Amino acid sequence: MTDTIKHHLSDKLLMAYSAGTLPEAFSLAVAAHISMCDECRARLASFDAVGGALMEECSDADLSETAFEDTLALIDAVDMTAPATAAPAIGTLPRPVQDYIGGDLDAVKWKSVGMGVKQAILPTSREATARLLYIPAGAAVPDHGHRGTELTLVLQGAFADEVDRFGPGDIEIADEDLDHTPVAEVGADCICLAVTDAPLRFRGFIPRIAQPFLRI
Amino acid sequence: MFSDADALEITGTSADVPPPVGALLSIRGNGKSIEPVIEKTEEHTQDWAQVIARIRDKRDRAAFQRLFSHFAPRVKAFLMKSGTDASLAEECAQEVMATLWQKAHMFDPSRASAATWIFTIARNRRIDAIRKQRRPEPEDLPWGPEQEPDQADALALQQESEKLGAAIAQLPEKQKDLIEKAYFGDLTHSEIAEETGLPLGTIKSRIRLALDRLRHQMK
Repeated sequence: MTDTIKHHLSDKLLMAYSAGTLPEAFSLAVAAHISMCDECRARLASFDAVGGALMEECSDADLSETAFEDTLALIDAVDMTAPATAAPAIGTLPRPVQDYIGGDLDAVKWKSVGMGVKQAILPTSREATARLLYIPAGAAVPDHGHRGTELTLVLQGAFADEVDRFGPGDIEIADEDLDHTPVAEVGADCICLAVTDAPLRFRGFIPRIAQPFLRI
Repeated sequence: MFSDADALEITGTSADVPPPVGALLSIRGNGKSIEPVIEKTEEHTQDWAQVIARIRDKRDRAAFQRLFSHFAPRVKAFLMKSGTDASLAEECAQEVMATLWQKAHMFDPSRASAATWIFTIARNRRIDAIRKQRRPEPEDLPWGPEQEPDQADALALQQESEKLGAAIAQLPEKQKDLIEKAYFGDLTHSEIAEETGLPLGTIKSRIRLALDRLRHQMK
């Protein structure tokens, strides 16, 4: 997977994720892409190294006199059995996405949004919205523009729009300049993780009515 | 709390592992007189990796104290620069150091310096305790004692980390200010510049190499 990915995270997204300032839904998309992409995993680690260097340079703050003893007490108070590491997911969806669903694809509670397209909203903080989109092979997501930023990560299948083709692991970063109509490739249904920090603006009449129900 | 025997054990290891400067000063405070070698010098991050290995393998509290006296004040300062008040920053710094003790087995010196790793723990604590949000993390690549990271990889990464630190210190004031603002949480992602101007190419390539090796071992 990791060698076939063509569309990667931007430096600014990686830096904000490293700094810890992204809205939760955006962090989910970044974490899911990195689970699939070693190139961006390495890029993120280099941005973390910037954070490490900045922290190293911080002049020391004074600690309380008992800080060290308090920390030892904290350690003694906590169960010392080694916590389990986040093992790679078994199944189709990357681990961070599975964590939000409580399982793999078969556990997703899809809601139809018409024309065969289904979605499932994932529970994140309200600054931004994350949802899984299920687009039947050959079907289109209605033409829409954005007020903010939209990230679309392909988890299965592929879609194409005015920009390019996006396959598994590819992430499309769309800002307000982009109006696009993603169409799922013929052959396999397409499943995407889509996150937005502002409501989408649909061009057509019917999707505009549907928008409050879509909550996108 | 620390017997002289503990302190002696540390000095014993210093034959092959020179203890990081600064750490010595606090050990000295424990009653055992050790000459401070150098007051302030370039930090050898490779040494911290070995200190963390001692914490992992031997649950060595004296080694932990060396790490604590260097990093806990920096973690607290970092959190305060990120807008956290002093008492919460102190509490979080202690929790970060306790987490470090508990997760010492997860530290991979071929992918991060000690400072970088501790930064990520501090950042996660900030999101959790201060922003009160969940932080989705990527799947980790599994590795354990049977897959010790390559020593040469670890050394190369430490050297790259030191070079990066030096490069950041030499950035033009305006550019450095923007990067600090991003990391101290004063910029939203849309306010961060498209081009960061950071020289990250070589350190990224190093980490990528370590990841490729890890993937190869997993097969």
